[in-house]
Amino acid sequence: MSVLFILIIVSLIVASGFLIAFIWSVKSGQYEDGYTPSVRMLFDNENIVEDKEIKTER
Amino acid sequence: MQNHEICYHCGENCEDELIKFDTKKFCCLGCKTVYEILNQNNLCNYYELESTPGISPPKDTNKKFEYLENTKVIDKLLDYQDDQTSIINLYLPQIHCSSCIWLLENLYKLNIHIKSSRVNFLKKELKISFNHNNLSLRKLVELLASIGYNPTINLDQLKANKKKLIDHSLIYKLGIAGFCFGNIMLISLPEYFGLDAIKESAFSQFFGYINMVLSLPIILYSSSGYLKSAYQAVIHKTINIDIPITLGILALFFRSIYEILSHTGSGYLDSLAALIFFMLIGRIFQQKTYDILSFERDYKSYFPIATTIVTADKIEKSIYVSELTIGDMILIRNNEIIPVDAILISGEANIDNSFVTGEANPIFKKNGDKIYAGGKQLGQAIQLQVIKKLSYSYLTQLWNDEAFTKADEDKFDGIMNKISKYFTIIILFIAIGSLAYWWKIDAKIAINSFTAVLIIACPCALALSAPFTFGNVLRILGKNKFYLKNASVIERLAKINTIVFDKTGTITQSSKNNVTYYGTPLTEEQKIQIASVLRQSSHPLSKLVFNYIDAKKNVEIDSFKELLGQGLVATINDIKIQLGSEKFIKNYIENLSTATRVHLKINESYLGYFQIENSYRTGLSSIIAELKSFFKINLISGDNNSELENLKSYFGVDAEFLFNKTPEDKLAYIKSLQQKGNVTLMIGDGLNDAGALKQSDVGISISEDVNTFSPACDAILDASVFDKLPQFILYCKSSINIIIASFIISFSYNIIGLYFAVTGLLSPVFAAILMPLSSITVVVFVTLTSNLLAQHKKL
Repeated sequence: MSVLFILIIVSLIVASGFLIAFIWSVKSGQYEDGYTPSVRMLFDNENIVEDKEIKTER
Repeated sequence: MQNHEICYHCGENCEDELIKFDTKKFCCLGCKTVYEILNQNNLCNYYELESTPGISPPKDTNKKFEYLENTKVIDKLLDYQDDQTSIINLYLPQIHCSSCIWLLENLYKLNIHIKSSRVNFLKKELKISFNHNNLSLRKLVELLASIGYNPTINLDQLKANKKKLIDHSLIYKLGIAGFCFGNIMLISLPEYFGLDAIKESAFSQFFGYINMVLSLPIILYSSSGYLKSAYQAVIHKTINIDIPITLGILALFFRSIYEILSHTGSGYLDSLAALIFFMLIGRIFQQKTYDILSFERDYKSYFPIATTIVTADKIEKSIYVSELTIGDMILIRNNEIIPVDAILISGEANIDNSFVTGEANPIFKKNGDKIYAGGKQLGQAIQLQVIKKLSYSYLTQLWNDEAFTKADEDKFDGIMNKISKYFTIIILFIAIGSLAYWWKIDAKIAINSFTAVLIIACPCALALSAPFTFGNVLRILGKNKFYLKNASVIERLAKINTIVFDKTGTITQSSKNNVTYYGTPLTEEQKIQIASVLRQSSHPLSKLVFNYIDAKKNVEIDSFKELLGQGLVATINDIKIQLGSEKFIKNYIENLSTATRVHLKINESYLGYFQIENSYRTGLSSIIAELKSFFKINLISGDNNSELENLKSYFGVDAEFLFNKTPEDKLAYIKSLQQKGNVTLMIGDGLNDAGALKQSDVGISISEDVNTFSPACDAILDASVFDKLPQFILYCKSSINIIIASFIISFSYNIIGLYFAVTGLLSPVFAAILMPLSSITVVVFVTLTSNLLAQHKKL
């Protein structure tokens, strides 16, 4: 049972890692624009235009 | 869809013009040019992401951005600069779809000196970093303008510390409180289940110590807002809701520390953490902000940054408006705003003052006339001589009134603070009473019950009900396009008893006017001829009448002459057509009506006139009728009284009507109403209402497009939902009843808790259940009822 002492302390240290990650994410401005990234991630890379042009030609 | 041609770039109907290029159709040369630019640079993905995403670029971009050469202006606009790179944040109101984001973030393909660009869609901002050695700011802005994204740059952006840091402290506080709350709860679990094996062992103490450590950030950091506010209140000898909260927090903390250190119990740290965590959530929930809206704008965000000055040797150069001095000659082009009071020197001035004075129709000015700052020139370029500096002009002086200097928040005492005054006194009375009662019997029980009363009476449910109700109401109203500045506006709106309307732009639609023709009926041929003549004129009245006539054809005109301030003369196939003012057409003035009329004469015979009336917003009569049964309604306008009879039919005879009022008059009128004890709501739209909006208890600004300028106010109402105004006000009124009902619920929890506290029977588990339970009940209650109420009111 006494291993619990160590386990609880370790778990707290792991948890505080997440707390720090959260503070870092706020500080780096991730909560300032909640919309644009959701659109940005859907943009394909460059070759899309050529692909579509080939399709329409057919 | 195929019946009418749609522009491939902007999606407009190609009615007037149709340009075919590269198998695509465009409505104007501008759209085609944008397409060409994008096509050459392989950016046609723009048109793949959304159909017709483009914005038709403005036509007159030539000299518009000259002022961006001025290093002083550049310095103030840039966010960051080193030898190589500059970073600037530009506001592009045209951003509206994902294609916009894609194109603007691929700007580097258009010009290699642009290093990167990033869009903030909600704020409609673009952050660009570029190499300023190879690409000047002016060139950059002109590049953006050439593809249809014309940045809005105004005086407001030059403020010294424009980089307003967003305050994240509340989020940090919540994050840390949440972390500690979760861990304390986990560690307290054995206690809740009454696991005796653990209670007896060394674990109990170990858990206690860990809880103590975890509670330190909560008490020292997360709760600091409440402690500070309570401290401030004590210093100023007032009572607010944070005092009983702070008493509860401190009682919880110190009693728990004592119990843990003396091994007499496990303390109430779990309740403490939950309490602060929930209250912080409430605070964040109440803080609904609208990214794109600004409630603090003054004339600075309406006025341009720079203007063109003509030097003695006829050289035009761009100058910072605040550097203008008396006697300077300035040049104002079409659609530019006159930044200072000035005298007209040359050119044909046709000033649209609707935003400054509320006058509905543009005014013609002669050489030597005084022109006030804020007017917009329509037509050709004019030259003016400055007679007053920027900060002393007619319009900007309004901002020197005390209404703008006093702090906004202090003037209102919210419902929470009123109730908490009595609440705090009663709680302290009960706590001391139970201390005194038990003291004679047992000092230990006495201290226990004293702290228990403070703990259980901690008005957490009370403190949660208002933020959650207001937060929810703000969201519901926001969804309905009625945007409030903060929660206290709801409370103030619930108290009003007088409503003052502005006329131009508020109850009338600035973009739409009613034209009616009185006189000899016109033949179809005459209509076509008149329309062809009017087509030549850029005068706003000509455009209104042109739209009214709605002729399908266009005929050649043989001769055309526009006499400014008077009218038009034209000949078509030897038919002479004259249109214009009464004096111009009839050579005398027959009636002295103030209504706006355009008279018509064909071949020297008088036919009749077109009367232009303001068009009122749809649903105005029903809104006024509904509001009249609850509030006193008045109207104040900077315009003349030509519409008085019309307005009387809407507002009824008992309403007060005031016309020809200056912005200062409006402010003074609101003040006089308030001195008579009225709580006033001012509804306006322009800069001329800014003083009245600020002075009134609640100022609502109506806006056709919420992204564009609106004066400083407490709330912004989208013009499209103007007809819902009575519902909005009544909804705010009933939201106060919801809060009162939730107070009753939270009081009954407090009374149950107090019974256990006074009798000295409060156990940690009981507290850990009762406090969150009461909070959750209240939160669920206010959220449900405010949603149901909104549904009932059809919001």
